[in-house]
Amino acid sequence: MDHPPVAKLPKTPTGIEGFDEISGGGVPTGRPSLVCGGAGCGKTLFALSFLVHGATEFDEPGVFMSFEESAEELGQNVASLGFDLRELIRQKKIVLDHVRVERSEIEETGDYDLEGLFIRLGYAIDSIGARRVVLDTIESLFSGLANQGILRAELRRLFRWLKDKGVTAIITGERGEGTLTRQGLEEYVSDAVILLDHRVDAEISTRRLRIVKYRGSAHGTNEYPFLIDEEGFAVLPVTALSLDHAVSPERISTGVPRLDAMLGGKGYYRGTTVLVSGTAGSGKTSLSAHFADAACRRGERAQMFLFEESPAQVVRNMKSIGIDLQQWVDRGLLELHAARPSTFGLEMHLSRIHRAIGRFRPSVVVLDPVSSLLSVASSADVQGTMTRLVDHLKSRGITALLTNLTYGKTEMERTDVAVSSIVDTWLLVVTLESSGERNRGLYVLKARGIGHSNQIREFLLTEHGVELIDVYAGAGGVLTGSARLTQEAQDRAAALLEEQELERRQRALAQLKTAFDAEMTALRARFETQQADLMSGIGEHRARIARLKDDRRDMARSRRADAANGGDGATPKHDARAKER
Amino acid sequence: MEVTEERLGSSPGVVQDGESQVLRLYIAGQTPRSIAAFANLKKICEEHFAGRYRIEVIDLVQNPQLAAGDQILAVPTLVRRLPEPVRKIIGDLSNAERVLVGLDVRPAR
Repeated sequence: MDHPPVAKLPKTPTGIEGFDEISGGGVPTGRPSLVCGGAGCGKTLFALSFLVHGATEFDEPGVFMSFEESAEELGQNVASLGFDLRELIRQKKIVLDHVRVERSEIEETGDYDLEGLFIRLGYAIDSIGARRVVLDTIESLFSGLANQGILRAELRRLFRWLKDKGVTAIITGERGEGTLTRQGLEEYVSDAVILLDHRVDAEISTRRLRIVKYRGSAHGTNEYPFLIDEEGFAVLPVTALSLDHAVSPERISTGVPRLDAMLGGKGYYRGTTVLVSGTAGSGKTSLSAHFADAACRRGERAQMFLFEESPAQVVRNMKSIGIDLQQWVDRGLLELHAARPSTFGLEMHLSRIHRAIGRFRPSVVVLDPVSSLLSVASSADVQGTMTRLVDHLKSRGITALLTNLTYGKTEMERTDVAVSSIVDTWLLVVTLESSGERNRGLYVLKARGIGHSNQIREFLLTEHGVELIDVYAGAGGVLTGSARLTQEAQDRAAALLEEQELERRQRALAQLKTAFDAEMTALRARFETQQADLMSGIGEHRARIARLKDDRRDMARSRRADAANGGDGATPKHDARAKER
Repeated sequence: MEVTEERLGSSPGVVQDGESQVLRLYIAGQTPRSIAAFANLKKICEEHFAGRYRIEVIDLVQNPQLAAGDQILAVPTLVRRLPEPVRKIIGDLSNAERVLVGLDVRPAR
């Protein structure tokens, strides 16, 4: 047997930022929903936003029946939210009816019903073809009319009548002791109940919204913070529901070349979250400014949320280290938002950040420093808030840089705001103290998915921005600052000496060679002279021997001596001749 | 009996022993309650303001736009427009004593 598919409960968007997300599309279409909460919790503004958005964005005209405030008062109240109620009334998109019930003017005698109210409402609905209705706050009738029995019966009839009319209605109710509404309206309006709350904790107020009940629909059950500001009513969907945001293989520069080099040569992954922690004055803001500056150089938009300094101050200070942020502000690529942590509650900060991001759509966001939010909320709250924010940023593919101030006494590798587990890259700016100096060192504590350097770099703030230089790591530990400079000077001196020695030896060698060559030349010259002498002597000698032989032969011929005696007889003569010479 | 706009007392401007009453009765259709309210009102007026009252009946089913002007929620509602201050009495006016208290004719007990 086939079952027809169960029709999904139709929903009507309220147009209230965030609410439609957590309620899965808005309030139930054609049914009344109850919005309740204490005095000043924002019920009326919620209801009015529902109506105004309906009229302006969804082409659904609406009727606002006010039992408390007059049309004029309402107009003034919502003008501060940027709604021009009078114009919408003129365009017949909204009808405002102020129902005033004054107990002192009314005498009751006998039976009656509230058909007059029905007729009024029906007339208002029909006059503009309204699709939305707000009754704010209908419980006021209980103080105006004495006969509660009639009133309750009539309210029950009214809500049924609204359903029959097919209008999507919001009924507001004041919160009672131990009940959602003072008069138990939740008994009559059973489709959706939304509870608004306004709590003051440590002198800072936080508004929260919770969907108590939503018949036939899945909905977020958490308490969601919301805010009311000049841009209207916005609910903050606090938790990203899953961890399935898309990841990017793209890498973006940190703005500091040496730091890019430390992070595998390419910088951070796009869409990840970076935490820079360090003590006061350790250069966290400078690193943030570099990061934002690099994004703007690529033509991307960047937003910086400052909790300790004013935008003008940051711009000036960064200029002193050679980062010109003003040019990006002027070109509309950079936005600086500053707010003291104590100005609002945590949720308000978060909501404002959300809003600003939603409007500006940056690719890079800086929060400086998140630890200052600790002054307005507990650590657990800040952590929760940051988790939500980080999830939100990741889901939008925004690369975020959070800075965290650590105090001298706390252990470095522990953040006060326990956000370290939710960040992807964690840079630590540490103070290296030695020889009566404090110097800054930077290292990468963690970088998910990046082969990163394990070395400490000395961190210098120069007029060309942040520079990272190798620290001197020797037998005596890590040297920085002037100790490093001294060591480097010593190293340079030693190197110089070595070079000089080498040169000296080379010179000596060259000299030796020159001397050798000179001697060789002289020796050769002498050799050649003597050789020539000897050669000529040898020649003469040979000639004389030849002549002697000739002479002797001539003599023998003349004496006719026989050939055998020739040699003996010739010797004395030969000696004598040699002596003559 | 049909409830219609009715003027009794030919000269409402003539004041005898007291001011004249200018009354407006709001009803929603010809319901038994509307008819009863009108009958009760008329009886009270005849007894106490004979010749110096005027009743204007407004049926909101026919003139819904008139409900807002006098801040009408409940029906029937009797509005005393004159003499000032404006007074409102809701219900079927079955208790004449209370109606007279509402109209400031009798002091509230």
